[in-house]
Amino acid sequence: MARGLPKKAKLRDVDKIIAVSSAKGGVGKSTVAVNLALSLAMQQKRVGILDTDIFGPSIPKLLNLTGGEPNVTESNRLIPLSNYGVKAMSIGFLLPDQDSPVVWRGLMVMKALQQLLHDVEWGGLDVLVLDLPPGTGDVQLTITQQIVVDGAVIVSTPQDIALIDAVKGINMFKKVDVPVLGMVQNMSVFVCPNCNHETHIFGSQGVQREAARLGTEVLGSIPLHPSICTLSDAGTPVVVAEPDTANAMAYRAIADKIIHKLSI
Amino acid sequence: MATANDIPPSLSKVRHIVLVLSGKGGVGKSSITTQLALSLVQLGYSVGVLDIDLTGPSLPRMFGLESKKIHQSSQGWVPVYTDSSKRLCVMSIGFLLKDRGDSVVWRGPKKSAMIRQFVRDVVWGELDYLLIDTPPGTSDEHISIAEQLRDAHPDGAVLVTTPQAVATADVRKELSFCRKVGLDILGVVENMSGFICPHCAECSHIFSKGGGEDLAKQYDVPFLGAVPIDPRFVLLIEEQHATAASTVGEQKPDAIDGTGFSLIEKYKECKLCPIFARITEQVVALTKDKAR
Repeated sequence: MARGLPKKAKLRDVDKIIAVSSAKGGVGKSTVAVNLALSLAMQQKRVGILDTDIFGPSIPKLLNLTGGEPNVTESNRLIPLSNYGVKAMSIGFLLPDQDSPVVWRGLMVMKALQQLLHDVEWGGLDVLVLDLPPGTGDVQLTITQQIVVDGAVIVSTPQDIALIDAVKGINMFKKVDVPVLGMVQNMSVFVCPNCNHETHIFGSQGVQREAARLGTEVLGSIPLHPSICTLSDAGTPVVVAEPDTANAMAYRAIADKIIHKLSI
Repeated sequence: MATANDIPPSLSKVRHIVLVLSGKGGVGKSSITTQLALSLVQLGYSVGVLDIDLTGPSLPRMFGLESKKIHQSSQGWVPVYTDSSKRLCVMSIGFLLKDRGDSVVWRGPKKSAMIRQFVRDVVWGELDYLLIDTPPGTSDEHISIAEQLRDAHPDGAVLVTTPQAVATADVRKELSFCRKVGLDILGVVENMSGFICPHCAECSHIFSKGGGEDLAKQYDVPFLGAVPIDPRFVLLIEEQHATAASTVGEQKPDAIDGTGFSLIEKYKECKLCPIFARITEQVVALTKDKAR
């Protein structure tokens, strides 16, 4: 066993690293991570996205890269796949079959994660977005202990049951000395496409309240709109498919804030 | 047929064990587990609920039991009962945490050990149904519970998904996992299946549609039903907390937590209750012949 905590290292060729986390599943981490990455790319930044969810990798689907198989360099480093101007790596690209589950205990997960963290030839990035899996377990611990993460963005929906986990996530980052850039309130309000009536399906203002309590900023609020889901499923995220709509602008505004905060 | 010696003693008087799985996070496993438990209680069964999501335990909050602590008896841990009738009890790591913001940042072996304790060292007593709520994924927790329950012959698993492709993709993996470990699949529930605008009654498929049913067909398993989004269910759960907070200090005779708010009773007024009754009836029918 190692004595003391492992030393954090910077990734070669990568200037800044942002972790998109939530601790709670299904609040939209991957959707936010992908749209953020695409928004950053739209600002002429060199962007990569690393899908660290070993059990439920969503990035291949969201970036329309399912079935893609990465090549390796002469020194056996993985070459990321690209789409929409963003480089991506995910275990989804390394599995033989989309439906096969990854039924691994922690140790094997760590080995796979090590490869994804250290053996990818990014080729020079201004910013690498990490899409974290739900929870506060092995994966999150390994990432935050081994590499320097410049900032964490916490995604949550407004309801209490999601915020409980979001707070755990924030406390985890504090434990491992990763600065929290702020929170994103996802699925904030549903606007009926038929009559424009607003319904707060998952509660309202929960993220604002919690952020105020914790002394952290709300980077933005993203509404619940059926097209965000349909476009995601089609592999054409809203920032790419409908860049000037209110939905896309919500993500783009958050990206601008992050650029400013981290001086990317 | 398993002999009484094979089954862990803590589970020897539990008639049916059902796991609630997904693979994808945030599809509503805990909500579905909660509603399944409430519906079974309404049908007259005694129910225990085990929460093996160690890093994101939601069940104490779902049942309004957040302030409760577990008691130790000479036979083991006593689960937390929702009221004095003792029809429904819950076990979760949430009860062991000092503060709800405390994070459990554990690696695999520690998680596996905890799950072993939850299965073997809890005084479950005599139960008709033990429901097990799981975290997303197919990792240590899932492998551990499959191992721990091998001698207890669980009835099977209910898979929860939302309609969209990013969700069903992960649930397919979970279905494969079940087949791999020899866990029967009781069926698929499609959650967040449509939202009816309270203003104009137009149904919007916020998370796409049909994915759950297609998934069930593809894997040749029963489609147990589609559950729409009902904001009032979210409010019902949050309301419990508000009631508990406002009646601190008052003692009401019917509820163990002293607030008089009974989730079991209040759920009957919820729109999702009749929808769930149909799903629960199917689960009961599918597990009827599997008594151990």
